[in-house]
Amino acid sequence: MIGSLTHTGSIMTAAFLASLVEAVEALTIILAVATVRGWRPAGLGALAGLVLLVVIVVALGPLLDRVPLHLLQLVIGILLLLFGMRWLRKAILRSAGVIPLHDEAKTFATETAELRDQARRHEARLDWLAALTSFKAVLLEGLEVVFIVIALSAGRGLLGPASVGALAACLLVAGIGLVVHRPLARVPENTLKFAVGVMLSAFGVFWTGEGLGVAWPGADLAIIVFVVLFLAIGRTAVVVARRPSPEALS
Amino acid sequence: MNMLGSVFREVLGLFVDDGALALEIVAVVVLAGMCAKLIPDVPLAAGAILLCGCLGVLLANVAQARMDNDHTI
Repeated sequence: MIGSLTHTGSIMTAAFLASLVEAVEALTIILAVATVRGWRPAGLGALAGLVLLVVIVVALGPLLDRVPLHLLQLVIGILLLLFGMRWLRKAILRSAGVIPLHDEAKTFATETAELRDQARRHEARLDWLAALTSFKAVLLEGLEVVFIVIALSAGRGLLGPASVGALAACLLVAGIGLVVHRPLARVPENTLKFAVGVMLSAFGVFWTGEGLGVAWPGADLAIIVFVVLFLAIGRTAVVVARRPSPEALS
Repeated sequence: MNMLGSVFREVLGLFVDDGALALEIVAVVVLAGMCAKLIPDVPLAAGAILLCGCLGVLLANVAQARMDNDHTI
């Protein structure tokens, strides 16, 4: 019972936090499009992206039920490991100052400048280009959200809680974006990525192990232990990466 | 076509950013899989390889990225 509640809660939290990051990134690009060409192409592009996402989910979703559970767990587990550890690695390197932090304000400025540059070159078909930019942003960030929701819930009948977490994050970001009309540059993106990277990596180890036939001690509660271990190693890695190397000091 | 190509690259990039990290993770999973096949009586051995391998790969990859960064500077 406790294990099941923990599992549901952690899946919902992971889906919410991951979707928050993706929604903020999509919002930045939609806002850049709206600033340069107005809300019509931005909104239409975003809507088209959402429709295509729904089509993808409706078309591919039922296929997952036909895949044997162990194979599904193994494939999803490996994808979660690749996805989660990639996020965690990047968040660690950013925390340590090895690579620069992601800056929504800078992304907004870059996208706006690019669209204005395109405006000078292709005035006639700019609305089309603007809508396409918005469409691509929603599609790509949305695919990440869809993957996370499916990966976290696959084979466990937890699509509901994961979807609720993701939907809540998208609605929250869209609502704030509509009110403030600015990129959400103050969202602690790297901290969120670190936390989500830890959770997805932990789920990845759990699912991959189950797919290989490992009976984890404590069943679902083992995920908590994995989260603690990834968090500890992640924090240690930040310290290791931050310390100046002897070569750099000499 | 350009758009499709860029979408495909972005989707691939969701899972593979640093090629070495992706390869190391796959190697750990293969190793754990071999262990599960060869010693089915001790399934936790595969689990231990998987967990410790992933944690070790992460730490080693970050340390390597740090060293690469030092050399670039």
